[in-house]
Amino acid sequence: MGRYGLRVVALGYLTLILIAPLAMMVWRTAEDLDGAWAAITAPDTIAAFELTLKVTTIAVVVNTVFGIICALLIVRGNVPGRGFLNAFVDLPLSLSPVIVGLALITLYGANGWLGWFQRHGHEIVFATPSIVLATIFVTLPFVVREVVPTLREIGTEQEQAAHTLGASGWQAFWRITLPSIRWAVVYGVVLTAARAIGEYGAVALVSGNIAGETQTATLRVEDAYQFSYGNYAPAYGIAFVLAATAILVLVAMLVLQPKGARH
Amino acid sequence: MTTFLLVVVVLPIAAVVWKSTGNGWSGFWEVVSSPQAVAALKLSVITATLAVLTTAVFGTIIAWVLVRDSFAGKSLVNAIIDLPFALPTIVAGLVIMALYGPRTPLDVTIGSFHFDADITFTRTAIYVALLFVTLPFVVRTVQPVLIELDRELEDAARSLGASGFTTFRRIVLPAILPGVLSGVAMAFARAIGEIGAIVLIAGNLPFKTEAASIHLFYRIEQDPEGASAVAVVLLAISFGVLLGIGAVRWHVTRHERG
Repeated sequence: MGRYGLRVVALGYLTLILIAPLAMMVWRTAEDLDGAWAAITAPDTIAAFELTLKVTTIAVVVNTVFGIICALLIVRGNVPGRGFLNAFVDLPLSLSPVIVGLALITLYGANGWLGWFQRHGHEIVFATPSIVLATIFVTLPFVVREVVPTLREIGTEQEQAAHTLGASGWQAFWRITLPSIRWAVVYGVVLTAARAIGEYGAVALVSGNIAGETQTATLRVEDAYQFSYGNYAPAYGIAFVLAATAILVLVAMLVLQPKGARH
Repeated sequence: MTTFLLVVVVLPIAAVVWKSTGNGWSGFWEVVSSPQAVAALKLSVITATLAVLTTAVFGTIIAWVLVRDSFAGKSLVNAIIDLPFALPTIVAGLVIMALYGPRTPLDVTIGSFHFDADITFTRTAIYVALLFVTLPFVVRTVQPVLIELDRELEDAARSLGASGFTTFRRIVLPAILPGVLSGVAMAFARAIGEIGAIVLIAGNLPFKTEAASIHLFYRIEQDPEGASAVAVVLLAISFGVLLGIGAVRWHVTRHERG
């Protein structure tokens, strides 16, 4: 098989699995634009997107702070538990989202080890807190994984120079370390946000899935599909908004990647 | 930080493992050897394995074409490879259904000839959905290795009379194999636990199209102990495969250095 043969195989496979289905989805949405638009602007859909936005924001903030500290500990730290951190931080990537959901219900449910909150009126499971916890869980590794290699690469010379010139640890971090890892952090944040917006399995289990209250955008898509009665325009419409968000994420990744690589 | 990781990640998993033995070891065994649980686990292992092997072959070819070939629109093709990473999995399921579902342009009748590519509510639907979500894994682990690969070695092999296939088998394959294996490991872990991409199109019929993740999902409410037991088996399979592939990878890279 020559060069052209391989090219045809590669592009043919991509067309069958990725490009043609995607084009068809856009076409399906365009077939019934009014129906799609009505579904997108329905109050429950807007509430779902608001919830997704809120949860994503919290997950991004928590995992950015955690990610930077965790990466610093893995690369620079001399503390016990460093090997443990390194080994376990990737764990969420190899876990089924359903197991993540089950784990949170088991731990925070009324009969769980941390069931005290649930029993005393501070609802975690089947309420927003568990959606936040599930999302933090599944997006945990992204910032760490981006920042660790960059930290290894930049070394400690500049920080040491800063210390020699009398900078405190905090000053060295803000003025030297953070600026040099900033693109890696931003890239990690983009990946975190993409996964947080798109999470389905873990959230489906723990959220309670009440329209207008604990229903996220991905759950809204499923809901629109289940109650479609043969009219898929609403499901395709809401899915289209999520797909457009994913394409924005891709563009952001493309713009950021070379910058990340340069540092 | 370690405490944060312990509370957020390790403690919930520990709770599931603990819960799975809530009805004793005999209860655990009764659940995981029940026909429905076995059928679901088997379906997930088989579809994930087939999908990941397909992804390994086509992912390697795509990576090769992206590094060595040049054609108009290559950078665009390179960019969309990551789309399954960025796309919500529930949307991925709808995307597959848009083309391989009911009432599509692939439903053709010409005279007595009838062809319909509708695969919804079949095992094939699970396989195709897994092909979609695992697509980027192997491409993205093989691509950087191919970029770094010294082409002089291949030229030398060719000038010494090796055929194109021999050059690939003896020079290129050993170099990219660790990358392929890393991609395969990540893709398998992803595929075996996948739910979002398959929940809408698989039909979820017990014994037929009910994958392990979906079996778990439906079991949790009535039987949390049983669901935890199935989850523990799923975890064990996933980690067993990850460790196995890790061991092969270690062996391959050691062999290469020696």
